[in-house]
Amino acid sequence: MRPLLAALALAASLALPAMAVEPNERLADPVLEARARTLSKGLRCMVCQNESIDESGADLARDVRLKLRERLTAGDSDAAAMQFIVARYGKFVLLNPPVEPATYVLWFSPVVILGLAGTGIALTIRRQRRAAAAAAPLDPAEQTRLAALMQESDS
Amino acid sequence: MIIELGHFALILALAVALVQSVVPVIGAARHDHAWMAVARPAALAQFLLVGLAMAALTFAYVTSDFTVINVIQNSHTDKPLLYKVSGVWGNHEGSMLLWVFILALCSAAVAIFSGNLPRELRARVLAVQGMISVGFLLFILFTSNPFLRTANPPMNGHGLNPVLQDPGLAFHPPFLYLGYVGFSVSFAFAVAALIEGRVDAAWARWVRPWALASWCALTVGIALGSWWAYYTLGWGGWWFWDPVENASFMPWLVGTALIHSAIVVEKRDTLKSWTILLAIITFSLSLVGTFLVRSGVLTSVHAFAVDPARGTFILLLLLVAIGGSLSLYAARAPALQSGGVFAPISREGALVLNNVLLTSAAATVFLGTLYPLFLDAVGGPKITVGPPYFDTTFGPIMVPVLIAVAGGPLLAWKRGDLLGAMQRLWIAFAAALLVGLGCLYATYGGPVLAVLGLALAAFTAMGAVVEWTDRVKLFRIPLGESARRALHLPRSAYGMTLAHIGLAVSAAGIAAAAFSVERIEVVKLGATLDIGGYTMRLAKVDEIPGPNFVAEDATVEVTRNGALVWVAHPQRRFFEVQQQTTSLTAIRSGVFADLYIAVGESDGQGGWTIRAYHKPLISWIWLGALIMAGGGIVSLSDRRWRIGAAARQRGAAVAQAAE
Repeated sequence: MRPLLAALALAASLALPAMAVEPNERLADPVLEARARTLSKGLRCMVCQNESIDESGADLARDVRLKLRERLTAGDSDAAAMQFIVARYGKFVLLNPPVEPATYVLWFSPVVILGLAGTGIALTIRRQRRAAAAAAPLDPAEQTRLAALMQESDS
Repeated sequence: MIIELGHFALILALAVALVQSVVPVIGAARHDHAWMAVARPAALAQFLLVGLAMAALTFAYVTSDFTVINVIQNSHTDKPLLYKVSGVWGNHEGSMLLWVFILALCSAAVAIFSGNLPRELRARVLAVQGMISVGFLLFILFTSNPFLRTANPPMNGHGLNPVLQDPGLAFHPPFLYLGYVGFSVSFAFAVAALIEGRVDAAWARWVRPWALASWCALTVGIALGSWWAYYTLGWGGWWFWDPVENASFMPWLVGTALIHSAIVVEKRDTLKSWTILLAIITFSLSLVGTFLVRSGVLTSVHAFAVDPARGTFILLLLLVAIGGSLSLYAARAPALQSGGVFAPISREGALVLNNVLLTSAAATVFLGTLYPLFLDAVGGPKITVGPPYFDTTFGPIMVPVLIAVAGGPLLAWKRGDLLGAMQRLWIAFAAALLVGLGCLYATYGGPVLAVLGLALAAFTAMGAVVEWTDRVKLFRIPLGESARRALHLPRSAYGMTLAHIGLAVSAAGIAAAAFSVERIEVVKLGATLDIGGYTMRLAKVDEIPGPNFVAEDATVEVTRNGALVWVAHPQRRFFEVQQQTTSLTAIRSGVFADLYIAVGESDGQGGWTIRAYHKPLISWIWLGALIMAGGGIVSLSDRRWRIGAAARQRGAAVAQAAE
């Protein structure tokens, strides 16, 4: 279903058939340009559906790309340039959400989930192994059925 | 007239679905054969009725019947036939109808192929399918009716979004839905088993082919969508961690866990309640995906249905389906007896590890997808969760998955020998080392993580090969004997080997994406651009007419060491009706790398923006997905699933056992 949305996102930016980074936007200095590209990949195009400004053909994305390059040319560090953009457009533009109280759940949950799942499984396996001695085997009817099944899979 | 027939058929289907969801359940509770027997004809009748509705809408599209509002909004007389047909599901109402049609198709398939199921189980499974159908038919009829007419038909329609007019995309939704909705069968089996209060090897054996078939369709559907993005969007992106993509990826992850844990239920009679839970979650995630895409909750302007009635309805449906099944689970699961006991280091243990990792990965994707919505809803700050988040969280979880895929099948059931398995994997370690060092040398100074990824993929692929050589005892017994063993291995074993190799192939393609090279330049007519050892010369740009567009067709001659290897024709297409431009990229797919060219705007001075990419191993991503799906199909063709004399015998035995 993503393509349908992508299509609509694209449709929104179609007034201007340009695609993403255009040659005339680029900086002459390849090192600066490479830094700008890397930073652009982490900035969201505000009017698009989940696209970075590096990928987007929208006008606004182009503005931000140019602004970012302006800052880098002016001698800003990566962090300073990003801070400038964030100060201007808000944290919403960061594709990589910063680790802060509001995003603790987001950032730490994967570890917690893995840990909980692992512990849960370990405990279950242990409990099952302990209870194994007490567990009742299949009743005769089930035995016959299982035997029939196994026989069929072997034949 | 035909439109009204379709509409009536859909209403009738709702009536039949109501019968199908009520009568058989009561019959099963009372052991009343006549009442239970209603399920089968009801499912078949529903399939015919929904099929009729689908056919009626398709007819309206093919004949461009502009008295139907849905056709006006999404079709145009100039559209090629294929896109008139695919236009049926290229919009909200039609895609919901396709959803229900595939649900009816699955129910009919269960009705037809379930001759060997105990009567009660069959009745309950079909009844649950009927309930889902009731929900979605109500949704269509009350909030998203594709059969509404207008008294003032226009001369022509608005046309389908040009970006959707693509063969890859015409088939993407049906495959995706086949996967999504196919998991409703596992869900129905799970709910039926909970009502009955018993899950056994036979249950797992019945449910697994359905889950496997859905999984194959979903794999192909996701791959098609990703491939479409790759060749359409004009800059070679193929996965964006977009909420809508995630909506299809989450059921895939949990569905993958499901087809694995069902093996454990079948072979070892344990992990039952977990498998039931996975079946419920997989389909619940399909429903959540439908909700995400259809309700417009994802954000504003870009979603289809910006209609709160629809959103509320689906949310309600979601609550009833998921809440109901989970409550039933909570009430009944503790009663499910587990049989087989196993040590942590065992085949079961490895499959459990795979399950934990896959479901955690799915949970991570779920969190990343819904967290911004959640935060927004509770009045928190507006944030964006983009690809960097998923790369950091999802990536690391996949590393142990790839290792477990190589090692798990080498462990014995119940109690495995980890050291022994690692020794047998020496050749896989060697392969990983070789690939790693080779790539490090070839791409010195490049991204090291990608090299590690490639080494890991080599490890996984060789692990699958080692498992196969183990089974046929290659070089340990005479070759002829090995060949005989290879011929007699069950197809499900080959299915597994293939699917695991496919995963490794995809992983390699994904890792190698880091080595992709890009050049974006304004190229004058006759000038050249060098990339990845190739020279591209922009020979000419022509204007050529298409059926419903005008194309700027660039001729790019690609040479390597002076020899012409490819004449590429990237295009920019302008669609008059929608006033939109799309890009048709030219791609030369190779085993080792793709060359990718997209043509952009003219600078008005005889130059065009050319985007050229050299992407090593990129096609492996989709090739791997196809191999995975192929593995699933090979496994499905295994003789033990086939219905024959033995199955009938089994049915008889089951009937006895049930009494």
